[in-house]
Amino acid sequence: MTLALYVPRSSVVHRMHAGVKLLGLAVLAVLLFALPTLTAAGAALAGVLAVGLLLARLPVAVLARQARAVRWWLLALLVVHALTTDVRTGAHVSLRLLTLVLAAAVVTATTRVNAMVAVVEWLCAPLRLVGVRPARVGLAITMALRFIPVLIERADRIRAAQAARGGSPRGLRALRTTIAPLLVQVLQMAHDVSEALDARGADDVPPPRRRRSPTLETP
Amino acid sequence: MRFRRPGAVGTDVDVADPTRGIELRGVGQRYGDRVVLDGIDLTLSEQRVGVIGANGSGKSTFARLLNGLVVPSEGQVLVDGLDTRTQVRAVRRRVGFVFQDPDAQIVHPTVAEDVAYGLENQGVPAEERAVRVAEVLARHGLAGHADHPAHLLSGGQKQLLAIAGVLVMRPARIVFDEPTTLLDLVNARRIADLVVGLEQQVVVVTHQLDLLDGFDRVLVIDRGRVVEDAAPGPAVQAYRALMADR
Amino acid sequence: MKTRDLAYIALFAAIVAVLGTLPAINVGPVPITAQTLGVMLAGSVLGARRGFLAVLLFLVLVAVGLPLLASGAGGLAPFAGASAGYLFSWPLAAAVIGWLTERTWDRYNVALGMLANVLGGIVVIYAVGVPVLKVVAGLPWETALWSGAAVFVPGDLVKAFAAAAIADVVRRSYPVIERPRRAVDTR
Repeated sequence: MTLALYVPRSSVVHRMHAGVKLLGLAVLAVLLFALPTLTAAGAALAGVLAVGLLLARLPVAVLARQARAVRWWLLALLVVHALTTDVRTGAHVSLRLLTLVLAAAVVTATTRVNAMVAVVEWLCAPLRLVGVRPARVGLAITMALRFIPVLIERADRIRAAQAARGGSPRGLRALRTTIAPLLVQVLQMAHDVSEALDARGADDVPPPRRRRSPTLETP
Repeated sequence: MRFRRPGAVGTDVDVADPTRGIELRGVGQRYGDRVVLDGIDLTLSEQRVGVIGANGSGKSTFARLLNGLVVPSEGQVLVDGLDTRTQVRAVRRRVGFVFQDPDAQIVHPTVAEDVAYGLENQGVPAEERAVRVAEVLARHGLAGHADHPAHLLSGGQKQLLAIAGVLVMRPARIVFDEPTTLLDLVNARRIADLVVGLEQQVVVVTHQLDLLDGFDRVLVIDRGRVVEDAAPGPAVQAYRALMADR
Repeated sequence: MKTRDLAYIALFAAIVAVLGTLPAINVGPVPITAQTLGVMLAGSVLGARRGFLAVLLFLVLVAVGLPLLASGAGGLAPFAGASAGYLFSWPLAAAVIGWLTERTWDRYNVALGMLANVLGGIVVIYAVGVPVLKVVAGLPWETALWSGAAVFVPGDLVKAFAAAAIADVVRRSYPVIERPRRAVDTR
């Protein structure tokens, strides 16, 4: 999974503002679709690799892992296009996808999640007008990123527990014996996490512009 | 946000009175028809307070009452004179809480970021935050791990991190809800030593009876009531007798 | 909004993301993925408001560049592609499912749940997704309806059933949606 992705280094790319990097990613995506040629995609890929490996000095393995994650997808695109249109288009489309995935990987490997979250919080600032607190948005993102690896790990654990008892339920039974219990477990975990956050003052900030009577203050 | 309700005892006090300790007055807690705690009247002002009881006895709820995570359905809980019902934010600044599962207490990607979280909520400026985080990490042997991904720490280190995240906020009192249950012997010992060495008042809910040696006061909770309130020796004895009858 | 609600929202955003790691089946411009199962679950377990926000949060995570869509796509590109309409319809779908689920909460069962999932998770998603596909990919209506809706119906029916069966179990063991008016403490 892509999440503990940050690779600490001191490089120009690491020090660059997260907002700039995300903007760059967006611009790259627009350009790749605006200039739909194999050469443009190839040049962009070379550029992304240069920034990631030379400028940011990321280990090749970090990028290779991302490329490996999408290898079947790339192959499928190539094959489908080779059969329906032509190989050149297939190569172009898969190259473009690979470039975007690697560019995203370079941004995530050189940017702390908190910096990324700060950008989203900044983008959410105008939503204050409708009562959204940007810090809460940031907290929700942080929690979601924390939950992804936990979910994968819990799913594996339940599968292992089932296997230990000699079963690997499929289909209908799996819904009731594996997925539903997993969901109940992680809902309880989410509840525990929220309790621990509240104990550290997560809801310390008074709700904006809303006076509530003392009787409503009880949860 | 604080609300003043004239006439209600203890709710119109803005300034905490640290000599009062934690007071429970006629506290009862029920969820629907289920009575979890009933008729609890206590003042906890001792430095080391232990709470023991069987699974489902109500001791976890008891712990959560002390910092306003749970608001009692009957009666009042006052922390240094602050009511957990109406002044929960002030209460939580005074009473830290450490949970059983270290994994559930860590949400931020790196150790330093996670420790800083409570201070951010308190609006502590960034420079002071950095100083206090570094200080706490150094004191608990986590200094080398500041930039380490928090979820890759060992179970014992995670619980240390959770405690550091509470200590950095400098609460006057700390409630521990089975802090060693999920740890191996060595780590449980380390956490126990740390708890005993704290300068704050601590209230520890635990199944690990030897943790309570040297405590000032131990409560035994059974079926929602405090059935024994004594020094560790007699309290543990009473608890063992109670369990032997089951 | 309570921290607990935020945690549930974050949890379901993560669930949609994890479902994206299951292999997708490529049947044309729009792949069959398990992620719409997550969308249905978000609505039928969390209700309209939190379900909507959970899926919206997932899309924000994708947009900031995390490769969380099925088969590792991410960033802003998917929001401009042929299947963008489907992505944008997801939060709406979760909201509609959640709204219907809340309305039937007291007598919820697999059949009612499946009906909600079909209305919100199939009708709403196609109603937004297919026209966008037609315009962006420049397809005639027939092709858009075939490659953008018809091929998904069998899989979507299975997912609608699965989500309802799961939600039914969760409702009995850990209800998150509170009963209208007569609020129940879930702790």
